[in-house]
Amino acid sequence: MKIKGFPIVTAVAALLLSGTMALAACPSKGVKEMTGAGATFPYPLYSKMFSEYNKLCNVKVNYQSIGSGGGIRQLQELTVDFGGSDGIMDDKQKSQAKGGPVLHIPTVSGAVAVVQNLPGVRSGQLKLTTEVLAGIYLKTINNWNDTRIKALNPAVKLPDLAIAVVHRSDGSGTTFIFTNYLSKVSQEWKDKVGFATSVNWPGDVGGKGNEGVANSVKQIPGAIGYVELAYAKQNNIPWAQLRNKAGRYLEPSLEGAALAADQPDLPDHMEVMVTDSPNPKAYPITGFTWLLVYENQKDEAKADAVARLAWWMIHEGQQYALPLEYATLKGSAMKKTESLVKRINVSGRPVLK
Amino acid sequence: MQGEPQVVGRPLGKLLIRTSDKLARGEAQVINLGDRLFYALTRGLAFCVIFLVLLLVADLFRGSWEAMRQFGLKFLVGTTWDPVARQFGTLPTIIGTLVKASIALILAVPISIGSAIFISFYTPKWLRPVLSYPIELLAAIPSIIFGLWGIFVMVPVIRVIQVWLKANFGWFPLFDGPAVYGVGVLSGSVILAIMITPIIAAISRDILLMVPRTQIEGMLALGATKWEAIWKVALPYARTGLLGAVILGLGRAVGETMAVTMVGGNSFDLIHSLFDPVHSMASQIASEFAEATYSLYVSSLVYVGLVLFGITIVISLLAQLLLWRLSKGRIAILE
Repeated sequence: MKIKGFPIVTAVAALLLSGTMALAACPSKGVKEMTGAGATFPYPLYSKMFSEYNKLCNVKVNYQSIGSGGGIRQLQELTVDFGGSDGIMDDKQKSQAKGGPVLHIPTVSGAVAVVQNLPGVRSGQLKLTTEVLAGIYLKTINNWNDTRIKALNPAVKLPDLAIAVVHRSDGSGTTFIFTNYLSKVSQEWKDKVGFATSVNWPGDVGGKGNEGVANSVKQIPGAIGYVELAYAKQNNIPWAQLRNKAGRYLEPSLEGAALAADQPDLPDHMEVMVTDSPNPKAYPITGFTWLLVYENQKDEAKADAVARLAWWMIHEGQQYALPLEYATLKGSAMKKTESLVKRINVSGRPVLK
Repeated sequence: MQGEPQVVGRPLGKLLIRTSDKLARGEAQVINLGDRLFYALTRGLAFCVIFLVLLLVADLFRGSWEAMRQFGLKFLVGTTWDPVARQFGTLPTIIGTLVKASIALILAVPISIGSAIFISFYTPKWLRPVLSYPIELLAAIPSIIFGLWGIFVMVPVIRVIQVWLKANFGWFPLFDGPAVYGVGVLSGSVILAIMITPIIAAISRDILLMVPRTQIEGMLALGATKWEAIWKVALPYARTGLLGAVILGLGRAVGETMAVTMVGGNSFDLIHSLFDPVHSMASQIASEFAEATYSLYVSSLVYVGLVLFGITIVISLLAQLLLWRLSKGRIAILE
């Protein structure tokens, strides 16, 4: 049972909570199989979670990691029990969902590291602000010895070297989070480029997948790129410190990512990008990945199974997140997510009590 | 010696020709049930293929309809691919695809036909499998393997070459690009060349081996050198087949997805030099399809697929035309 790092307000609340959690582990109405499809970013975690869930409940969960777009389409067409997405469905997509209102249930969050290849500069040594990062990706800052970078890094010897900007060429949740962050902090980025799973990049090189970006960054002197935190860690790619909204410089970390979602003004529906979080300890390029589930379900057994699975994923399932480099749900984010799962209902009757 | 066999042979030959003509026109006289069934079966299968192609085209049209209505033919000349602004045009990718495939052909054709000539005419029979096997092995390697090899081994080498070219010949417009990236037009072309070489080489070898030895021996008997015999008889004899091999290679180069994505640099800007990163059509579809979140986006990707299909058709039509022109100008020994 995972209630560590969970602000327990009163003993009563804790008791109530553990009571519901004990109730909700496995489907109780005979469902032996569930299918889901969507985002590739949480796939390593989901496959671990679902294999553990299978051991626990003898319920098989098939998750096809076909990408968020595919997940949304399959959910709209009712061909899966739940979708997975790194982005939020827009109004048009919601209106095309054949099963009515869709809940966005966050499961974990991930951080995106800004990585660079600068001879003589160690990992975590380079400091960047949002303005400078946006300038680099807009190609208005072209050289590492630009005064704007120098001003942030008086102690670092920056070479006279052209900056090669590397981005993902495939549509991805990582790009969604990264461009969303740039859009939030830079009006110019928002106007000229915007945010999506794939955008019209001002420059330079596109790499396929994290491995494509990482390799280009490793090989091109003066390159800068962005990859999932897990990928940067496992491959020892030097990364930069970023200044967050509160003005602190932070290296990417799972704790920083988890704290990004722990902020006071989260909306109840959790359809929010937590990039550029106001939490002073939060790493700024962080985003949720969501399960997409219909709020009003038709089949009682299926509804029960999906709700219990979601509940398990945000509680017991969270223990598998950290070893696989995903950040767990914390604080207010966890509370709001719990009440979201409880909104799953069959003709008005909530499935989880 | 010539007399008797010809008398027997001629009517038989004519009969055979007549029957085969009828078979070719689909009016074979069906004699028994087995023949009839076989005829019906093969005809069915032939129509099956045509039906599949029609279905594919229809589906491509249906899928790309939304993008067609929105952008029309401007899609083909548009230079912006912006999923955020919902603006799609695919000219840079079309050019990128064709340029990479063409450079790949220029690199691959001499190597593959040269090796095919060597294997067919200069290698003793027992040694042929030893030389042919690696070629066939190369042809069977999945493209992702080429891609990985490309990223880790080839691109660093190409980067060094590019930097050197730019430093020494930077005044030449084709070399005046971002040499240090490594990924780009040149890397994409080289990996494609490596991938299509075994295909062209293997088919060319089979075709050259089918050139009747008597033709070459006749030429040698007339006093030609071996080089002349190959150059003036064997290659002209085999040229339609060789052209077919090259077209197959081109087809693969145009449609190749994985490897070229990994080393191409995948930029949506128009290219100006050999070193610029650029996308190609197949890899663009594969890269973006999974995360294409709204219908116009998906439709535009299908439209790219339709354009790619169109390009493939145009290439094969051009090849047919070329074959037809070539076969009209055939040298006398073929008649």
